[in-house]
Amino acid sequence: MQKNNKNNNTKGSGEWAVEAKGIVKTFGENRAVDGVDLQVPTGSIYGVLGPNGAGKTTVIRMLATLLRPDAGSASIFGHDVVKEPHIVRQLIGVTGQYASVDESLSATENLMIFSRLLGLGKAEAKKKADELLEEFGLTEAAKRPLKHFSGGMRRRLDLAVSLIAQPPLIFLDEPTTGLDPRTRNQMWDTIRRLVKSGSTVLLTTQYLQEADELADRVAVIDHGQVVAEGTVNELKASIGTSSLHLGVQHDRQMQDARLIVERVLNVRSTVSTEGGKITAPMADVDRMTDLLIALRESDIQLAELSVQKPSLDEVFLTITGQGAGSSDEINNKSEKAVEV
Amino acid sequence: MDSTQIKPAHERKLRNKTSFRQSVRNSFIMAIRGLIKIRRTPEQLFDVTLQPIIFTLMFTYIFGGAISGDVQSYLPVIIPGILVQTVITTSIVTGVQLREDMDKGVFDRFKSLPIARIAPLAGALLADSIRYTIATVLTFTMGYVMGLRPEGGLGYVLIAALLVIGCAWAISWIFAFFGVIARTASSVQGISMIVLFPLTFLSNAFVPAETMPDWLQWFVKINPISHLVTAVRDLINAGSIGWDFTLSLVGAAIIVAIFAPLTVRTYMRKA
Repeated sequence: MQKNNKNNNTKGSGEWAVEAKGIVKTFGENRAVDGVDLQVPTGSIYGVLGPNGAGKTTVIRMLATLLRPDAGSASIFGHDVVKEPHIVRQLIGVTGQYASVDESLSATENLMIFSRLLGLGKAEAKKKADELLEEFGLTEAAKRPLKHFSGGMRRRLDLAVSLIAQPPLIFLDEPTTGLDPRTRNQMWDTIRRLVKSGSTVLLTTQYLQEADELADRVAVIDHGQVVAEGTVNELKASIGTSSLHLGVQHDRQMQDARLIVERVLNVRSTVSTEGGKITAPMADVDRMTDLLIALRESDIQLAELSVQKPSLDEVFLTITGQGAGSSDEINNKSEKAVEV
Repeated sequence: MDSTQIKPAHERKLRNKTSFRQSVRNSFIMAIRGLIKIRRTPEQLFDVTLQPIIFTLMFTYIFGGAISGDVQSYLPVIIPGILVQTVITTSIVTGVQLREDMDKGVFDRFKSLPIARIAPLAGALLADSIRYTIATVLTFTMGYVMGLRPEGGLGYVLIAALLVIGCAWAISWIFAFFGVIARTASSVQGISMIVLFPLTFLSNAFVPAETMPDWLQWFVKINPISHLVTAVRDLINAGSIGWDFTLSLVGAAIIVAIFAPLTVRTYMRKA
């Protein structure tokens, strides 16, 4: 029963921390995950990007042995998630988007209980708990009941609990959703440090910027399928450029303004029907100066001006080739994604 | 995390099984978790403190005169009955709380940890033994206050207490199973009461079976609750360990043997 797995040394040294082939999960009529392939290199941060309901969480739950795939196969460091679940569990840490810590216990008690479950003695567990509380800046709140914790504190505790066993692979399901910018930056730093110490991180996010900041490679998931995969730069290139939005104070100057925009930026522009706004792709933001000077020289008064990064909307538009407006939800999410 | 490097996957010693020792250890740590929770919310012990006091007073004074002639001679009959009824009713709460607990995110973490699958369940059930102990102690104390002087002596009272707590623990696996399959906590409560109410009342717990119609006597005599009540009566009133004692223990063992694996398996399959 206690016999070590003899294949460890050969199997575990593979370069993929996660390898999934065509995994499928159906809930009733709904194919939540519809044949997803993933290959996560050891030692990297891998981002799974997609809107709510795209199947990100379901993918993570299958990889973390919480759900059994209906079809396909997945392995963690070469260990099959269905056949060797107990081994897989020794290699992973999971932090969900819901708080997967014990609400009725204090932070210290949570860390102690989980440390002891993972085989640490009482004294070791205490030491580990203190270390992690210190590291995640929770020492002061250690004895308070979790009910009074803020979202950020809860998330930090959650991650701290995942790190007790120092797992070589960590799943983070939307680690920064709902956090304020400062806490979010702290979380990003923590994730970067994790990878420096030798961990592999697989995180899901709705935010393009988060993937941009952290991930070495990104898979975009929509309707349970991977619609794009590659490095962040590759993905960005496929999305295209930023876009310029410009409004003028007097409608009669619209046509003039449009001509100037097209001349200076050397692109074709469009005028949105409802808002009377000029929209044009913008490859080089430096041209902005020239554009503004030209507009001033022609005495055109601006009502508004903005340059927007590609939104998640546009990612889907570009990648799937179908209207992103098909889903209101996607629209809402991408608005959040661009406000940075 | 700053200086210490994380051990790569292939350098780790990994096992695909939990040992029996680890299962026991994990379950006890889970029980500690349960005890901390009880300490945090002592109000959940209201039922086990109030029920023994109220029921003992109520039933003894209502039925005492009618069944045994007076309260004093009814006590040796009713106290074992109340004890079994109270403690076993208490075990329903285990299923209800398990249902509530399982809806929280923390159970996902338990599932993702390399611990014995049975531990979160067994731990919760173990921690609830404290509830049975409180109910048992209070029922005996009430009995003593009202004038019960067990002929069997303190040693046998202790054995009786352990027997009831052990059986209640075994029976709580049934309610844990309801807890795992049910959708909501209140439905667990509902199903469990429907099962338990007839079982405890259609027994010899309050009234001698001989006073009932024949067809009912037949059921009362095969009812496992009756055997447990008789075993407790034998212990505290006569200091004897009889056939009913053995039957109760065997019954408890069978319940655990069936429902513990069934519950764990269902728990694992449900997401």
